[in-house]
Amino acid sequence: MDLNFLFETLVNLLPGLPLTLELAAGAVVLGAMLGLPIALMRISGMRLLASVAWLYVQIIRSVPLLVMLFLIYYGLGQFEAIRMSFLWAFFREPHWCALLALTINTSAYASEIIRGGLQSVPRGELEAARACGMSRFLMFHRIVLPVAIRQALPAYGNEVIAMVKGTSLASLVTLMDVTGIAASIASETYRPVEVFVVAGSIYFGINFILTRIVTMAEYRLTPHLRSRPISPIQSVKETAI
Amino acid sequence: MNQSGFFELIGFGPAGWGGTLLFGAALSLAVAVCGVLLGAVIGVFGAWAKICGGKFVRGVANAYTTILRGVPDLLIIYLIYFGSSSVLTAIGRFYGASGFIGFPGFIAGTIAIGVTTGAQATEVFRGAFQSVGKGEIEAARACGMRRMLRFRRIVAPLTLRHALPGIGNVWVNALKESSLLSVTGLAELMRQAQVAAGSTRLPFDFFLAAAALYFLLSVVSGLVIQMAERRSTRGIRRVA
Repeated sequence: MDLNFLFETLVNLLPGLPLTLELAAGAVVLGAMLGLPIALMRISGMRLLASVAWLYVQIIRSVPLLVMLFLIYYGLGQFEAIRMSFLWAFFREPHWCALLALTINTSAYASEIIRGGLQSVPRGELEAARACGMSRFLMFHRIVLPVAIRQALPAYGNEVIAMVKGTSLASLVTLMDVTGIAASIASETYRPVEVFVVAGSIYFGINFILTRIVTMAEYRLTPHLRSRPISPIQSVKETAI
Repeated sequence: MNQSGFFELIGFGPAGWGGTLLFGAALSLAVAVCGVLLGAVIGVFGAWAKICGGKFVRGVANAYTTILRGVPDLLIIYLIYFGSSSVLTAIGRFYGASGFIGFPGFIAGTIAIGVTTGAQATEVFRGAFQSVGKGEIEAARACGMRRMLRFRRIVAPLTLRHALPGIGNVWVNALKESSLLSVTGLAELMRQAQVAAGSTRLPFDFFLAAAALYFLLSVVSGLVIQMAERRSTRGIRRVA
């Protein structure tokens, strides 16, 4: 074990971290924005919309991210029409292609998670809200959204982690994220094991922090499931009864 | 990309790459199957370690699943392929060979997929075991079954039944992960599509064909899993 080399590698890999984080964060935010309308289409009750959304989710979920990425980055350049249009400024950049591929990929999973969350809202709560005279917007804002978010949070946390892991594929379209830098250092130094272990521990660190955050958020969002803190006076009273 | 040209290109004619792609798909399937089998074995031992291991064994199993969940599959593949190759190269140099000796891509791929799916399978089996009803085990004990018999007749079949949907997910993940093995030069579907795309300069056609094949493979495996699930739960009465 050569601690100096490990530390040096870590320092060399860190410049790739912003790109990794930016791709993951961008894909998660954009994917959620794209996933929400798809989820709404699926539960809209309109046959055509629901089946289009269903097909989209099925296709995206069964095609590997790498294939999607190469289809966008290498594939689209094949068409004269795209190379000549204003779109080329976008599709020429591996960065935007990677972001697009990750976004499309996560949007399918996100829509399923959002759908599950929305459908988990008990009918009785909606009826109660309506009986109280809440408008649709107020009901969505006060009842549906909080319950759905609480329900979907753990699954969404897993999806965010999957995206962080997915960004490593960006290195295969020439981007220099953590994995990309690691691959180039490994081929320069002929010490793949140490380099990839250090790179892996960076991803592990990110994901470890993310799981902590999700667990904390889950705890904050479910006060009703925790046992109430009992103040000494109260507990005396209760035992007296 | 025009339509008749596309089908000629991915077809089986003299100018077609259909055979190459299908061969690649078969190799993808083979490496994914081997990986999942290895992963299932790891998963069984992992679940065993988590359920009835001592403090140390449980700690090792927990560390394994936690780490594998947090590290990208691509890095695991790099680590196993280049790591084992560098060990081989060092051994080769010791015996007087010079230059890079590559580890066989198929074996490296099987190990990589096995290690990553093993972590998922561990959790699947553990969850499945825990959903086996306590009463069933107690009933078996009351019938006087010994540990081995109890495991073989009661615990294992019930655990497998509960694990089936999860194993289906693990399988689809493994199939998709196999596309990453193209970085090691293994001639699986994605690699063949890259080769074809490079030599015809029609990347869109070939990556689209690859996407269609992956889609087909997962649709078929979805149907198979559904059938297996129906068969394994045929003794359970359904509500509705």
